[in-house]
Amino acid sequence: MADANAGANADGQVDVIRHILDHDYLEVPFLNAHHLIDGRFDLPQLEPILGIDLSLTRHVVWMWLASGLLITTMIACFGRPKLVPTGLANALEAMVLFIRDEVVLPVMGESGRTYLPFLLTIFFFILYCNLLGLIPYSATATGNISVTVALALISFAVTQGAGIANNGLFGHLKALVPGGLPAPLLIIMIPIEIIGLIAKPFALAIRLFANMIAGHIAILVFLGLIIMLKTYWVAPVSIILAAALYLLEIFIGFVQAFIFTLLTALFVSMAAHPDH
Amino acid sequence: MEFAYLGAAIGAGLGVIGAGLGIGLLAAAAMEGISRQPEAVGDIRTNMIIAAALIEGVALLAEIICVLVVVTK
Repeated sequence: MADANAGANADGQVDVIRHILDHDYLEVPFLNAHHLIDGRFDLPQLEPILGIDLSLTRHVVWMWLASGLLITTMIACFGRPKLVPTGLANALEAMVLFIRDEVVLPVMGESGRTYLPFLLTIFFFILYCNLLGLIPYSATATGNISVTVALALISFAVTQGAGIANNGLFGHLKALVPGGLPAPLLIIMIPIEIIGLIAKPFALAIRLFANMIAGHIAILVFLGLIIMLKTYWVAPVSIILAAALYLLEIFIGFVQAFIFTLLTALFVSMAAHPDH
Repeated sequence: MEFAYLGAAIGAGLGVIGAGLGIGLLAAAAMEGISRQPEAVGDIRTNMIIAAALIEGVALLAEIICVLVVVTK
């Protein structure tokens, strides 16, 4: 089983990096169709538009699947809301209420209701991407730095927009630096505050990306030990540890979606009401 | 060139030590706060998670750099 899809190459080494990178094919070895080489389903490639390659990759496909599933489940559950929700609608409503009552309203106050749809969209999109990535042969869209940077940029834009909408452009820029400072100190404070401004979305992007990547690498390494050590005796330990990590990954999928939402709510709230 | 692996491994360990100390101190302080003022448990938990996320972000940055050292060696 030392083929490319068993996760190891010819010399019995596990190629960890290949599993976390983006590819222009989907891994479908279970289909076993004769025209698929190595169980790879090649995605259609496009000509570069204005020098930008917009071809499909597996992360894009799984991100679209997550979006489609998100829209489908939300419409199926809440398109015609019942007074007493049942089944999946019950679980989703519990999560929506948790985000509203434990995250948005305590952090942002009553004005948070304006941003609630945006924050819930961010939360559920990240959650669906994280959880879909745990299905074997799938890919984690949030484990791609481009996806998390895009999410962080959206969060950044909403933060600055909220600040400008509430305080005006001048008031927003003025509120970035603490008031009542002597003029010489401003020379130091303004660069520091600008760095702080950029560091927030940067940390958001890196945190989500690294958490998703780290869990997948750890699971792969535990399973890869069986191939690397070339013995069956490590298999029980490896599989138990990998299963435990898999359960931890489900938890981390929820926690990271929650933290991204919480920090976005906090940043928006800080930009909109700079006094406190 | 073999020292790149050594450096990356030591770096990963040091990053974990820092994050472990940070989150440990944070959790200890939060537990103490909760035991002193059990009614503030909600506020303390939210603020603890925010601070833990910030510490974790820095630690993960270190781990990413360690992975980069190995990959781009």
